[in-house]
Amino acid sequence: MTEVSIELTVNGRARQATVPPRMLLSDFIRHELSLPGTHVGCEHGVCGSCNVVVDGRAVRSCLMFAVQVDGAQITTVEGLAQGDDLHPIQQAFWEEHGLQCGFCTPGMLATAQELLAENPDPSDDEIREAIAGNLCRCTGYEFVISAIRSAAAKLREPESETVLQPV
Amino acid sequence: MSQHLKSNVIPPSRQREVPRTGLTWIGQSMKRVEDPRILSGKGGYIDDITVPGMAHAAMVSSPHAHARILSIDTSKAKALPGVIGVYTGEDMAQVVDPCPSFASPPITQHAMSVGKVRHVGEVVAAVVAEDRYIAEDAAELVEVEWEVLPANVDLEASAAATGDAVLHPDDRDGNVALDERFSFGEVDQHFAEAHIVVKRRLRWQRSSAQAIETCGVVAQFDPFKGGYTIHSNSNFYNFIPFVIGGSLRVSPGELRIIPVLTGGSFGSKVFNHKIIILTAGLARLAGVPVKYIEDRLEHFTNSDSHGSDRLYDAELAVAEDGTFTSLRFTVTDDYGAYLQFGVGTHGNAMAQVTGPYQIQSFGMRVIAVLTNKTQQGPYRGFGSEVTNWVMERMVDAAAEELGKDPVALREQNMIQPDQFPYMIPTGNIYDSGNFQKVLAEAKSMFDLDTWRDKAAKMRADGRCVGVGLATCMERSVYGPTEWWSLNNTETPGFTLTSTPEGITVRLDPSGKMLVTLNSPMVGNSPETVVAQILAERLTIAPEDIVFNYSDSQSGFNGVGPQGSRFTAMIAGACVSAAIKLEERLKRFGAHMLQRRPEDVELRGGMVAVRGLKDQEKSFGEIALTSSFFRLSFPDGEEFDSGLETTAVYDHPLSTDPAEDRSHLGIFYPIVGHICHIVAVEVDPGTGKVEILDYAAVHDNGTMVNPRTLAGQVWGGTANGIGTTLTEQFLYDADGQFTNPNFAEFAMPTANEMPRNFKLGHVETPSPFTEYGIKGGGEGGRLGAPSALTSAIEDALSDRGVKITSLPVTPPTLCGLIRDAEQAATA
Repeated sequence: MTEVSIELTVNGRARQATVPPRMLLSDFIRHELSLPGTHVGCEHGVCGSCNVVVDGRAVRSCLMFAVQVDGAQITTVEGLAQGDDLHPIQQAFWEEHGLQCGFCTPGMLATAQELLAENPDPSDDEIREAIAGNLCRCTGYEFVISAIRSAAAKLREPESETVLQPV
Repeated sequence: MSQHLKSNVIPPSRQREVPRTGLTWIGQSMKRVEDPRILSGKGGYIDDITVPGMAHAAMVSSPHAHARILSIDTSKAKALPGVIGVYTGEDMAQVVDPCPSFASPPITQHAMSVGKVRHVGEVVAAVVAEDRYIAEDAAELVEVEWEVLPANVDLEASAAATGDAVLHPDDRDGNVALDERFSFGEVDQHFAEAHIVVKRRLRWQRSSAQAIETCGVVAQFDPFKGGYTIHSNSNFYNFIPFVIGGSLRVSPGELRIIPVLTGGSFGSKVFNHKIIILTAGLARLAGVPVKYIEDRLEHFTNSDSHGSDRLYDAELAVAEDGTFTSLRFTVTDDYGAYLQFGVGTHGNAMAQVTGPYQIQSFGMRVIAVLTNKTQQGPYRGFGSEVTNWVMERMVDAAAEELGKDPVALREQNMIQPDQFPYMIPTGNIYDSGNFQKVLAEAKSMFDLDTWRDKAAKMRADGRCVGVGLATCMERSVYGPTEWWSLNNTETPGFTLTSTPEGITVRLDPSGKMLVTLNSPMVGNSPETVVAQILAERLTIAPEDIVFNYSDSQSGFNGVGPQGSRFTAMIAGACVSAAIKLEERLKRFGAHMLQRRPEDVELRGGMVAVRGLKDQEKSFGEIALTSSFFRLSFPDGEEFDSGLETTAVYDHPLSTDPAEDRSHLGIFYPIVGHICHIVAVEVDPGTGKVEILDYAAVHDNGTMVNPRTLAGQVWGGTANGIGTTLTEQFLYDADGQFTNPNFAEFAMPTANEMPRNFKLGHVETPSPFTEYGIKGGGEGGRLGAPSALTSAIEDALSDRGVKITSLPVTPPTLCGLIRDAEQAATA
């Protein structure tokens, strides 16, 4: 199988790699880039645990090939916190108990980034609709919704310096 | 008390920390200690583990439900570049023995099939290769020649099967693995004297937990030391080395199981022995470390964690005034192809089978049937979620037959607050409770009377709106007699009675406290809970406590999170450790203060002289001195260096089953109570159920952290909603599992959850556990199915629809509505 060279930006850092065309983006991120925060739950595009932000969109990394992200800007969960300062969305998940086992959380965080970049003041139903493509077996979603609502409020504050990647 | 229970004496309480108000940390909704590392993507789950030289495994799985393996040709697979080895069940049997089994007599299960397969998805060969892509390519090249055998799919047909349709001819003559009868109290007499006997046939269908992370293992074998090093997401890693070592032919000391952060369990990762044995065997055969992570299909079809699949013929004896006197049933359970925990899920249900009601006797026949499906394992409730539903269905049925209000009938039969501890006919006790208070709180929160009027008006307008209420028990903190107490007394099996939980606590010379846990984090909050309890007991701040997890060699005595046991059990271990550490702190501190130990106390992280300000030494100063300045203390082993202690807490209250099984002893006595009330609307055209309103009130004794408990209730309720409305494993007549994926096995999304869920708590402390804590990890799933079923039936009451089987998926409900219409017009 002929390998393909790709260049992309991951969490603000330029990366180059040579990959087989069939390698999934999820495997590329986890195993080739050594960023295991992106989780694989179903590998058939339903659960959303592997969501990452590609050029502002939350996408299923198990449904893309690594070769498709040549030239893209990607944010994974590892790109959110600055040192030991959690990103406002992560902080809100902590404060609102928006996670239990945490396995689906990186995907939820990716979806929340896309939602809040597009809609800084979503209603609860809009939040619910946005995360309806992310399965969580622990929380029953209520505190995930609280967390995203709370994060939205924080990000809307004039002194907030966090900028979400535009969609 | 009934005569049959006289020998079951309740032991005295071992509680040391009495429930009380005014606590500093217990009862606070503290943010979780575990979260920052998990939120930043650095949790370290099983698939994040890499060891040097690691290869990857892919499985060759059976496409047939029941078949003999005639031959396996691995030559093409072995020839693929990058393949290290290809192994069959015969190869595996050279290095590992069959899996441990709690069934008695055992039913043989190999981690990799030998000779024949008994369900779709069972592993028959495995490839070890340089990466998973190559391994999966090679697995496709393995050629298996089969002789297909008759598939057992139906419960009753399988029970009667003979010849080639028998699953385990070497272990059993037929497919009935167990058939036992029990009578607790004067069942026959109560039924003979009953005013009415309410009868229902009830069906609970198969589903499973499906945590978002699957099971996985990274295994290494060292031929020179003769032992294994294994990373696993088993909940049981400190409890099973003895039994897994048996299969791997090593002693527990030669088996190092290292825990990882676990991506959800809900029972599904309690044991995980098969995947450990499978992967360890491959590592030994291949001579390299091997990683194997189930894909989602393999988790559905081969992970041995399917939930209950039961048919009940149930009868409730009721006196003329509506008093329930006795319950009895015959239950037939489709256990699938093996029987790893025996009928432990029925043993579990014996903890609270008569619900919150004063029922004097109980009788049961339990029949475990083997079929060609994946075997059962634990799923949130471990069998009690089903009997809760059966009990509540029977109460609703009794109300209808008596023409009584279902809520009033529940209140009439409830155990009263002054009757605790209350022993139920099976011998288990309910330690404490106030069911009336829980019910009153739930009714008020939901505004039940208003909702009932509103629903009646909406029905009069032609809408299918109804209200359902359930009052259920939530047993917590199990004793393991549940796994074997229903076995035939001639062959009781491994009659285990221990479920300890241990902890190691060290005050390091910087003043920080290092806590080592012996059970993994699976989505519960072990570090947060321990931080709150130790901070409370030792007057320190939670942020001064840091955490570590032992592996199975460095740790001991951890059974882990299952059966809603962990919080109450680790609280006991924390108190035991704190008592020991306090004694040492006072001894060292008093010496440093030139006082007697009885003159000092713990105060704000200090050892301080009673009644005097400024006469104190910080824990850090004492730890530093005791660790590095031995000559500052007198000779004698009571001043041995360092401040570290290990403590083990055993089950707080359990007794043996009676030898003749006239009762089962006390085994699950820390009992919570729940009331769920829900309003639904059914679309009769599509069969879709919409939840309009929901209230849940739970009593889990003293709450350690109300926020994390609320998370458990919410999550369990979501599971219960799925169980009731959508989740069902489907098999065709050939035993093909037709919906093993997340697209067709429909778990609730955020859109299916109630919009205005109201959650309340009542706190009735346990008189037996430290601080009065009870477990609360399963209640949502233990209550939601009963309340929802009742609401759906109420919504369709004008159409005469009866719900006797779960789940009620939209097509199922459409069918029931259509059948009722046809019956009405016929």
